[in-house]
Parts: sequence; C-alpha cells; structure tokens
Amino acid sequence: MTPEIEKVLIANRGEIACRIIQTVRAMGLQTVAVYSDADEHARHVAMADEAVRIGAAPVGESYLRADLILKAAKDTNTDAIHPGYGFLSENAEFAAECENAGIIFIGPTADNIRKMGLKDEAKKLMIDAGVPVVPGYLGENQDPDHLLAEAEKIGFPVLIKAVAGGGGKGMRRVDTSTEFPAALRGAKREAAGAFGNDQVLIEKFIEKPRHIEVQVFADTHGNAIHLFERDCSLQRRHQKVVEEAPAPHMTDFLRGQMGSAAVAAARAIDYRGAGTIEFIVDVANGLDGAPFYFMEMNTRLQVEHPVTEMITGEDLVEWQIRVASGEELPFDQGDLEIDGHAIEVRLYAEDPARDFLPATGRLTRFRPPLDEDFTRVETGVREGDVVSVHYDPMIAKIICWGEDRATALRHLSRALDQTEIAGLSTNLDFLRHTINHPAFAVGDVDTGFIPRHIKDLVPAPQPASDSILCLSVLGIIAAREKRAQETARASHDPWSPWAAPTNWRANLERSDTQRFIDATDEERTVTSARKDQGFILTIDGVAHHAHFHDHSEDSDLCVVIDGKRLNSAVQVTNDAVTVISGGRTHHLKRLSSRVDLEDDADGPGAIIAPMPGKILDVLVADGDEVEKDQPLLILEAMKMEHTLTAPRAGTVTGLTAKDGMQVNDGTVLAQIAD
Amino acid sequence: MTVLKSALNPDSDSFKSNAAHMQGLVDELNTIVGKIAEGGPERSRNKHLARGKLLPRDRVNTLLDPGSPFLELSQLAAYGMYDADIPAAGLITGIGRVSDTECMIVCNDATVKGGTYYPMTVKKHLRAQEIARENNLPCLYLVDSGGANLPNQDEVFPDRDHFGRIFYNQATLSAAGIPQIAIVMGSCTAGGAYVPAMSDESIIVQNQGTIFLGGPPLVKAATGEVVSAEDLGGGDVHARQSGVSDHLAANDTQALMQARRIVASLNRRKNPDLALKEPREPLYSPQEIHGIIPKDTRQPYDVREIIARIVDGSEFNEFKKLYGTTLVTGFAHIHGYPVGIIANNGVLFSESALKGAHFIELCAQRGIPLVFLQNITGFMVGRKYETGGIAKDGAKLVTAVATAAVPKFTILIGGSYGAGNYGMCGRAYGPRFLWMWPNARISVMGGEQAASVLATVKRDSMEARGESWSEEEEAAFKDPLREQYEHQGHPTYASARLWDDGVIDPADTRMVLGLGLSAALNAPIEKTRFGIFRM
Repeated sequence: MTPEIEKVLIANRGEIACRIIQTVRAMGLQTVAVYSDADEHARHVAMADEAVRIGAAPVGESYLRADLILKAAKDTNTDAIHPGYGFLSENAEFAAECENAGIIFIGPTADNIRKMGLKDEAKKLMIDAGVPVVPGYLGENQDPDHLLAEAEKIGFPVLIKAVAGGGGKGMRRVDTSTEFPAALRGAKREAAGAFGNDQVLIEKFIEKPRHIEVQVFADTHGNAIHLFERDCSLQRRHQKVVEEAPAPHMTDFLRGQMGSAAVAAARAIDYRGAGTIEFIVDVANGLDGAPFYFMEMNTRLQVEHPVTEMITGEDLVEWQIRVASGEELPFDQGDLEIDGHAIEVRLYAEDPARDFLPATGRLTRFRPPLDEDFTRVETGVREGDVVSVHYDPMIAKIICWGEDRATALRHLSRALDQTEIAGLSTNLDFLRHTINHPAFAVGDVDTGFIPRHIKDLVPAPQPASDSILCLSVLGIIAAREKRAQETARASHDPWSPWAAPTNWRANLERSDTQRFIDATDEERTVTSARKDQGFILTIDGVAHHAHFHDHSEDSDLCVVIDGKRLNSAVQVTNDAVTVISGGRTHHLKRLSSRVDLEDDADGPGAIIAPMPGKILDVLVADGDEVEKDQPLLILEAMKMEHTLTAPRAGTVTGLTAKDGMQVNDGTVLAQIAD
Repeated sequence: MTVLKSALNPDSDSFKSNAAHMQGLVDELNTIVGKIAEGGPERSRNKHLARGKLLPRDRVNTLLDPGSPFLELSQLAAYGMYDADIPAAGLITGIGRVSDTECMIVCNDATVKGGTYYPMTVKKHLRAQEIARENNLPCLYLVDSGGANLPNQDEVFPDRDHFGRIFYNQATLSAAGIPQIAIVMGSCTAGGAYVPAMSDESIIVQNQGTIFLGGPPLVKAATGEVVSAEDLGGGDVHARQSGVSDHLAANDTQALMQARRIVASLNRRKNPDLALKEPREPLYSPQEIHGIIPKDTRQPYDVREIIARIVDGSEFNEFKKLYGTTLVTGFAHIHGYPVGIIANNGVLFSESALKGAHFIELCAQRGIPLVFLQNITGFMVGRKYETGGIAKDGAKLVTAVATAAVPKFTILIGGSYGAGNYGMCGRAYGPRFLWMWPNARISVMGGEQAASVLATVKRDSMEARGESWSEEEEAAFKDPLREQYEHQGHPTYASARLWDDGVIDPADTRMVLGLGLSAALNAPIEKTRFGIFRM
C-alpha cells in the first residue's frame, strides 16, 4: 500500500485513539500510542503496537504538548501523526511543525486550519464563495434609522445584541419594524448599564434552528466531494449528544444545495482531507425549502463521523490516511449513495438531573452492547477503568444502523437496553428517554428539543419498586455468599457451616434487615428470611417469594421473584447498591450500621497537646474546613517539631492555640466538628 | 460407606401425629425464646435506645460478620428461677464469626436489671469462658453492667465459681493465648471494672462507657468528692489519661467496628487436624425427625432413622452392628467433619457398654470427635446382669467417656436417666457442648420409678412397724413425686439451670452439631490417656 506511511502515531486518547488504531492496523500499518500517567493502562495504550509516555495527567502537560508528541514521533520513527479530534487536531502550528519535521499530519494543511480558525475571517471567505451565512449587521454606524434599515434588509424576526454583551443583557428579539425603535432603545440602555458600551449588532433570529452539518472530503489533486449530512440538533450544554445521518425529513433538493455549498466552502480554502461544514437551518416552516446558514467549519474528523460511515459504507480514517499520503479520492460524488439510516448516541459520565454536570468515578461495571451487525460501539474504556476529571467524560458512542430510521431506532433502543453500567452517574437513561420520545420518533428535532422535553427526558425520580428492592437484597445476599465461599475455600476449613451467611439462629427468626434510601430520598426497609431453598422478602408488610435461579460466572444475578424470572446485574458496595435490570439502572444508598465507620479514627475530634511545648505555627483558623490528616498546628517540644493533624474531616472550632503560646500536655487546642 | 435406608413413611398417621406433637413443643420453645430475646421491659429498652445505645442483640448482630450464624448458648438461663423475669439471665453469650474468626461473645443486657449479675448470670458467663477455653475461641466482652446483683450477693460473690472467677478466667485464658477483648459500652462498676482492665485490648464508647472501682455516689460517701461519671471514668479519662482503655469510639457501632478490626489483626489461623470431606445434605430432611419421635416416650424406634437425618449423605459406617445392638456405633461425617456416633437404641447391657468403650477407644486413637445421641433409661438391672458384672462393664464405658480427649458432643434426644447419663457423656463428662431436645427429660431416674422406689421403701418400713398403707394413701404419696420429677426433668427447668447449653429444635441438630464441631476445631485435638479399665 502507500509507500510513504508505514507507522502512524495517534496523538490522542480514549475512543477516538482506539478507533483510529483499528483502521491503521487494518491497513497493515504500525501504530504508536501516546499516553499520560493517568492513561498508562488505558485501552488505547493496550491496543497500540508501541506506546510512549508523554507526561502527567493534566492535558496541558501531556496531550496538548506538541513538542513532546513530536519527540515521541521522532523517537519511534513515525511517518505520520493522526491527531484525532480535540487536543491538537485544529492547531495550525502543530500541523506546520509536523510538516517541518518531515512527519505527515493526517489532516488539513496548517493554512486550512488557520483560515477556518478565525471565525470572522471564515465568514467573509464564505460570503465570497457564495456560501450563505447568518445575515446580520455589525458596524460602527449605530444610527437608529440605519439600524432599522439593516434589520429590514436582514428580514424579521431579528435579534438585537450588545456587542460587548453576554448573559442575555441588552438582547432583544424583534418581530416587526414598528417594535424595532423601542426595542433598540431598551437594548442600548441595558447594554450601556451593563457593559458601559451601548453598541449593538443585529442578527437574523432563527426561530427553530436545526444543526445540520455536511461531511466533506478533499484530496491534493483538486477533488472535493461531500458525504451527505448529519443532523446534530440534539444538544445539551452546547454539546451534541445524539447525531444521525441522514437528517430526518431531508429532501434531495436541500441536500444537493447544502452539499454544493459545503463543497464550495472546502474549495474556497483549497481544503485537504476530512472536514465538516456546520450549518444552522431554520425549520420554523419545515425543512423543505428552509434557509440554511454557514456557522463554522471543523477541520478534523468529527466525533459523530461513524454515522456517515455507516450510511456510506466507507472508512473515513482510511480516506484520511490515503489522502494524507497523496492518493486521489477513490470516488466521485456520483459514486456515493445513502444506504439506510444511522443514529449515534454519546454515553457520558454526567448527571442529567444536575444540569448534565460531568461526573467522575470508576466504572465498576461496564458492559456495552455487542459490537455486531447493526450496532457499532466506540469506546476507550473498559470495566474497572476510571473516568477522571482530566479528560472528556464520554464513556462510549453507540451507533446503530437500520434500513430506515425506525429500524435504526429499534436497534438503538435495544442496544441501550443491553448496556450495563455502574459506578458513576451516566446519561444512559436520558439517552433512552430521548430516543424513545414520540417527538424524536417522528423526527421533530431542533436545538430546542432537549430543553422543551426535559421533563420527559429527565423525569422526576421514582420510588424504588418492590422488585428493585428485592433485587438489591438478593444482590447483597449473593455478594455475601460469594465472599464467604471464597474466604472459606481459601482457608483450612473450606466447608465450615460458619461461612454460610444465613443469619442462622437457634429458636429465633433467621432474618436480615437491609435499609436503603431510594431516589426519592425515602427510607426503604426490606426484611429477608430464608424459607426452604429461597427467601421471603418483606417490604412494607408485603411478602415476596424469591429464589436464585442460576448463578452465572460473571456475577449476573438471575432470580425468580413472585414467580417471575428476572435477569439483572447488581453491584454491591458498603454504602450503595446499583441494580441494572430491564435495561434500567437503579441506585440505592445503603443505610447500614456499618457504613463509613470501618476506617474512622479514634473518637471525635479534640486536638489535644500530647506533651508540654510551644506552638510554633497555627495552620488553620476557626471555621476552616479540613480534611482528615490535614496538618493543623505545629508544636515544638523536646527540641522536636510535632505536627498535629485533623483526626477526621470537619470544621475547625474552638481554636485556642496561638503562635508562640506555651501549652501543657492535655490542653485542648481545637475541636473538629461535623 | 453404607447409606442408611429409612423405613419411615411420612404419610402415615403416626408420623403425622408425632410431627404435630413435636411441632407443638418446638413452637412453645420458640415462643419462650422469642419473648426472652426481647430483653428487659419495654421501658428499660426505650431508655437504653434514648441514650443512643444499641440494644444488646443489635450489638451482637453488628459485631458479627454480615449474615454469620450465631450459636447462642443458654437462651433459657434463669428462666422461671427468680421473682422477677431475668430474660437470658441478663447476658447474651454465644459463638459467632467476627472478621472470619469464630469468637465467644459475652454481651451484657443492661435492660435487664441494669445488667447486674444474678447467680445464673455468673454461671452463664463462666460457662461461656469455659467453652472459649476448651475450644480456643477469642473472647469479646460487650460490657454494660452494674456488676454483682447486691441482693443475691451470697450466691454471686464468695464461692470459687462466683464473680471473681470471671477475672481469674480472663487472666488464665489470656495466659493460654486466648485473646480477651472488652468493649465498654456502658457501666463497668466495681468488680466489673476488671473486665476491661483484665482484657488484652479494650475499647470504650465516649459518653457511654464508664469504668471505675467506685461510682460517683460511693466516691461522695467515701471522700466527699463530687464528680460526674464521665469525669470519673468516662471514655476520655480512660483513653487519654488512665490508659485503662486502648481505643476511644464515638458510638456503639464504631466501637464494634473497632473490635472487628482488632479480631482481624489477631493473627490466628484455624487449622483443623481432620480429614475433611465435601459436605452433602442428608438424603432425608432433618425436619422429618419431628415425625420419628413417638409421642408416647415408651414406644421404641430405631435411632438410625435420626442418624440418617443428621449425617452427610445419610452415610453411616456402622461398627459392631451385630453385637450389643442396644447401642448403635459408627462413623459418619457432619458438615464434612468426621465423627464417631454413639446412639442409644434401648437399655444398656454389658455387651453394649463394652462395644461403646471399644468404639470410644477407636475414635480417641484416630482423633475423631464423638457425638452422643442420648436416650437412655439406664443400665439393665437384675441378678443375671449384676452377676455378669454389668457394673464393671458400665464402668469401662464411663472411664472411656470420661478420659477420651477428642471433642465430645452430646444431644439429649430422649430420656437421660441415672448411670445412663454418665455412660452417654452427660454434663459431668465434659462434652464441648450439650444440647437438649424439647421432648427430652433428665433426672436420676424416671418419675414413676422414683415414686415406686420411695413408695416401696415407705411401705416396707410401715409394714415392718405393723402399720397399714392404703392404695389411696400410696397414690397420694406418689402423685406429687411424679409431678416433681416431671417438673424438674423438663428441658426448660434443666436449661434454666445450665445443665445443658440450650434446648434446640431437633431439626436444627445437624446445624448445631456442625457449628459446634467447627468451633471445637479451633483447638488442637489432644492425645488421649485412658485410665484403668476394670477387666
């Protein structure tokens, strides 16, 4: 194959690094991974032929360090670098440095990146190339009549925005000419008050925007084509979460228009490689004949590229590498056809109930759906891995294909039901509610979809059902039995009846009570007693009969509750239980009398001078929050410095110690309160 | 291995009526124990809880490994013995697992007369320590007691096996390498102060536990010093100043977790010196024992039916099956532990006694624990048997039982009368554990026999004096004797006085024996030295 590229370094991590390695390897080329300290055991490192440590966990010390990555490339005799997305992928300097170092940058030219990186410049380039941009006025002339004339030119409704603005201050939506002067005065007054600058700009107001982007590809021989569109309208926190191709209700005509505009945009900057032109489409009057406007160009591979791959049958990473090594695009526009429909969801570690706040933690369980026929799974993590604060909290992308949108949706719904994840908050349920929402089913999507349907997508927490409570208790029992058996087997008394965690008592109830706090913050109590080969589980006076059906190897729990067989996975820790059942994840806090106490230090927190001496330094003040073992005071005694530390986490109160103070042994110097 | 075949028909009327009768006895037992387990009066319990303390049984449950069995001892202690109700003698004792280690747990119940020691409380405490010593079990004392019960001081304080013996035991147990750990969760006053003080390691709960030789009232009386209990002997005093306690805990739960940590660091490993075998359930349900025991105690049944419902796979290798057939002996496994079983199947003759002695020799030689299933009216009497030397043959059995150093376990499954009690390892013969079924009876002889013997003696002496004794008078003489024997031979009467370690549901026998065997294997099996067998 290509003589120039034999070894590719992937300057990225996570799922995209894994995905790129897959193609590079399939092309018969060598792969080099780079990693930070946090990723030493990450999946992408394990997959690559070679791997080079580049620095500490923070991205500024590792994945964003062009110099370290170039050094790694040179040290490993790499021919080419694939930057993935994010990190250095749209860093023109890095692209240039690669080329200077004689290493092929698998992506656009530095010039391409630079041109599209400056938003205003890009917009001007697009206007020159005849690509529609959001109409607007940004000028020195702030005369009200002039502004009204500009607004009329743009066409109502328009948005008046403070030039210096932000946070909605000095912003007005105007629907008619008559309303304009009053709204302008209001906006200017607000802008002056808030920013000390009453300059405004005027923009076309997009009533019902859809985010539709077009995948383009250009080679170094003057060929440029598009690979159709993707709809990425579903966003939260301005980030895409569900993407699909083709866009629902897209017409051939509009697709042709947008495709041509996108190709024109690429040609306008003499683009090389894979890129995406993002458009905003105003669908207030439907998609047919809707106006679309250029927003920006992403000069890299997109997160959501798999949906395009699935409807075209092409491997975009392979195309990238071929183009980078100077090959011609293998197809003309006319060779490409849309085959079926593909939808991607992004599984994130985040908490939808707390405005999608990113979450971190260990994936104590992670069983994505099987990567097969209609389902593609892209992930950079495995069960047991940690989602840390250092990197993007995306856990996986799950992409499903179907002959039509409804079929793809059915596959996706099933795939999500097969996904098992525990250990941290995720948006799995949110994704499920989203793709199963009736409005989504009919393709009624726009960027307001998630806020508009938020009550359906993030429903109020429900009390734990009896069956979830039963599963939790049975999970605890199973975990106990497993642990007991393992401990016993490893001992010299391998079948001891003492090891059976049956709560056996002579002449008394052999029952066990477990207390939980469910998602509604209610305390729930389950009493379990053994009966014959099974259990009677009592919840609020209602008895349920249950028994284990089968213990499978991977700790999945198969039980029969009231005559109904249930397959589930239950994760048990000292303070929580996570039940994954019927494709849903349920989280219960455990109110065990043992919780959190095992590791406590002796007693509550009086800080007492251990011997007579002089206070050298007081490191805290009253009211300070301190961690366990945090140094509080330094005491000099017997010619030695003694550091007094917090016996537990809490708040410093009653601090009597002062610098230079002489103290006797036993003097209470401070207290640590809850 | 020979598999026992049951001839029992669970559908027969006799089985059903037997089972119903036994179930009635078990239900009655469960009712009594259930009430006892509630502890002291509701008012005391509420007061206890209001102080932020856990109830004693919750303390035990929290201390144990989650789900661990708890082999409670002497549940019926003091039952019906004192003017007031003293449930479980105000002390919970038993074996349970803590940090994967079998431990003896001794937990005061402060809701019962402030956890003070009645005579039976002392006896129960000492019995728990004896079991700990014999079986090498670490002791965990959950202390919350006002010390000796003052009105009963004469039966609590002065004698050898009274209050002071508790601390003597702590010292000698510790000397024997058996860990002594105290968790002070309430008062430890006067003598009680020595429980933590004599321990290897102790924990005290802040604002709950107090340790002092004399409490605030006594201090005031003696010296006039006015001091609060917490300042006199609270957690801070003992953990920071006196050093009487090694660990300070914020509350009961934390204290119990600290105790678990201590046990986890004891560096003990159980190493059973037996050929273990993977356990199998018996072929017949232990529950069916209920249907075996005849309602009418005079009716015989084959004790193998019971063995078949206790041992692994109902497999029983019988020894001398054809000889001395009123005593059944043989080898089996219970929960995977090898045992030699000796079970009564009728009155003891010379042959049965010789067979029993021989079998005990085998087990002692091979280091196999012995299980006695005791249902014995006694040795055969009569001229033929006395001249045949049944006394010396019986003595051989008693010698073998007394001196065999392997762990011995006794279950009273029926009658326990006279010398039969000795030959079948009664309480005096030091079984590691002795349990009683609710249908069992224990006395020097049967009530009827005792009444007849006494009536005969009386009639003989009256007739010698030329007096006459009517049938009615004799009946009136015998009735109260019969009643006395029935009353005093009853399991609740026996167990209240700690003649045994508890009354159990026959269906639990397999589990109780399994737990007991396993616990016993914490101590090495000693070599036996028999005494002189009179030939």
